[in-house]
Amino acid sequence: MIDVNALIGPYPYRYVPHPEPDVLLRVLDREALNGAWVGHLPSAFYRDPSQGNAQLYSALVMHAKRLRPVPTIRPDWPGWEGAVVVAKEAGAPAVRAYPPQWQLAPDDSRMRDLALACGDAGLAMLLTVRFEDLRQRHPLDVAGDLQPAAVRSLARAGGQVRLVVAAAGREFIEEVHWSLTPAEQKQIVWDFSWVWGPPEDHLAKLFRTMGGGRFVFGSHWPLRLSQNPRANLELLPKEFARTRLADPERLFGG
Amino acid sequence: MTEPLIDAHAHFLHEGCGRSDWRDVNAARLRAGERMGITCHVASVLGSFGFRSPTYFPSPEDVTAGNDEMLALCRKHGALVRMLVTVNPNHSAHARREIERCVEKGAVGIKLAASRRADDPLLDPICGLAFKHGLPILHHIWQHRRHEWPNQEISDGADLAVLARRHPKVTLILAHIGGGGDYLHTFAAVRDVHNIVADISGSGVDRGMLDAAVVSLGSQRLLWGSDITMETGLAKLRALEHTGLSSADDIKDIRWRNAARVFGSSVATGTSASRTRRRRALHAGPSRRTPSAGKSK
Repeated sequence: MIDVNALIGPYPYRYVPHPEPDVLLRVLDREALNGAWVGHLPSAFYRDPSQGNAQLYSALVMHAKRLRPVPTIRPDWPGWEGAVVVAKEAGAPAVRAYPPQWQLAPDDSRMRDLALACGDAGLAMLLTVRFEDLRQRHPLDVAGDLQPAAVRSLARAGGQVRLVVAAAGREFIEEVHWSLTPAEQKQIVWDFSWVWGPPEDHLAKLFRTMGGGRFVFGSHWPLRLSQNPRANLELLPKEFARTRLADPERLFGG
Repeated sequence: MTEPLIDAHAHFLHEGCGRSDWRDVNAARLRAGERMGITCHVASVLGSFGFRSPTYFPSPEDVTAGNDEMLALCRKHGALVRMLVTVNPNHSAHARREIERCVEKGAVGIKLAASRRADDPLLDPICGLAFKHGLPILHHIWQHRRHEWPNQEISDGADLAVLARRHPKVTLILAHIGGGGDYLHTFAAVRDVHNIVADISGSGVDRGMLDAAVVSLGSQRLLWGSDITMETGLAKLRALEHTGLSSADDIKDIRWRNAARVFGSSVATGTSASRTRRRRALHAGPSRRTPSAGKSK
C-alpha cells in the first residue's frame, strides 16, 4: 500500500515534529506501507515553488525506491510547463497544486491547463482541501479550504485528467462525486485522511455508496498522526473486510 | 483478563434526537468499542442534540429526556456504559434536581456543554454538588476562544481555569483537546491548575499534540477518550506508544487508571457506581514527572 499524502519540511503556522525523509521511512515501516508520494510542505506557501521542488528532489534522491517526489507546480507562474517536464523526468507520479493558497478561483483556466498538461504527461494532479482544521488556524492563514467546485471543474477539463484529492470530508466527497458523470467520477481518487469513522461511519457510508475503489490510502503526515487511516480501516464494519482500495500507481491504467 | 480501556468522553443518541439512524450510530459505537477493547463508555446525552432545543442550550425537558435515555442505556448495558448527567446551568434548580436524581441512579460525573461560560457564577452550585457527591465535571471546551461562535457560549482553557481555582477540590475534565481550536493555548492556560485534567478525544490528530499534552500536563492528567470520532481515539492510543514520553505505566494511566481515579473505581471494575462512589481524592495532582522533549513519529 502507498501513502499518497505525505510531506516533508516544516509548516509555517505551527511546529511539526521531525518532518524528514528518514523519519518518514521509519513510519512507513511501522505502518507496513510500501512507499509514499511525498510533497514539500513549505512549497505550498512559497511564491515560486521551484526552489522547494529542487529541495524535494535532492532530499528524496537517496530514498527513491520508496519515496516518490510530488513537486508543486503553480500554473500562474511563467515557465510552469517546463516544471511538468522536469517532474516527469524525475519520476514523479503526480504534481501538487494549491489554488486557495494562490488565490486561483475554482474555474481558473490556468488550473485546467495544468491539469490537462499533467494528464498528457501521465501525471496525476494532487489537490489538498486543507492543511489544518478551520478552527485552529493561525490568524494569518486566511486562504480557506479548496472548494468542491474547483475539483468538479478540473475533472470536467478533459478525459486525460487524473485527480487525487486529499483531506476532504464526507460532504465534500459526496458533493463532487455525485455532480460528475460516471466517466468523470473515475478520474478522481480520494484519500480518506479526514473522513470520519465510527460511530458516524462516514467512511463506511462512502464505501457503500461509491465503492472502496474510489479511495486511496493517505495519512497527511507529518501534520497528522500516520496511525489514523489504518485505524479507520480497521474499525469499518465487517462487510468491508475484503474491500480493495484503488492502486494510485495505476491511475493511468497499466 | 484484558487491560481496561475507558472512554472518558462518549455520547449516545436516542429516538428523540430526530435522526432515523440513531440506533445505527449507537450500535456503531459499541461495535467499534468492542473491536478496540473499550471496557467502559463513560457517556452523556446532550438533550435532543438540537432536534427540539439547541445541543449546547438544551431545554429542561430535553435534558431530563436525554438523561432518562442515558439511564436506560446504563441499565441495558451494565458495566459497559456509565453515565454523566447532563445539565444546563441556566436552569439552576432543574440542574440541581437532575444531578441529585441521576447520581442516585448511578451517574459517575456531570456533563456541562456550552450553555454558560465556565467562569460564570451559575456554575458554582453545580460545582458544589460535584464536591458533595465526589463527582468530576466534564466541561465542553473550545481550545482558545478568539471570538464568539454561533449556537454555543463557548469556554476555553482559561475560562475553565477560573472555575477550577474557585473550586480547588472539584476535578474538572477539560474536554477534547483534539476537538477544535488551539490546544497549545489550552495547555499553557491550565498547566498549573492541577484540579483540571484533560481528555484527549476529538477529531484532531495533529502530530505533536499528544507530545505537548504529556509535556505540559503529564500523563497523570490525561484521560483517553473518543467523542464522536473513534478512529482518532484508536490512532491516539497507538501513537502514545511512540511519543517516547510516556512509559508503559503512564500509558496505563491514560488508558484507564486516571479515569478510575476521577470517575471512581466502578468504571474499571464493573461494580455498582452508587455503591462504590465515595468522596475521592479527585484530582490527579501534579504530574509525577515532566518530560522534556517530544519524539513522536
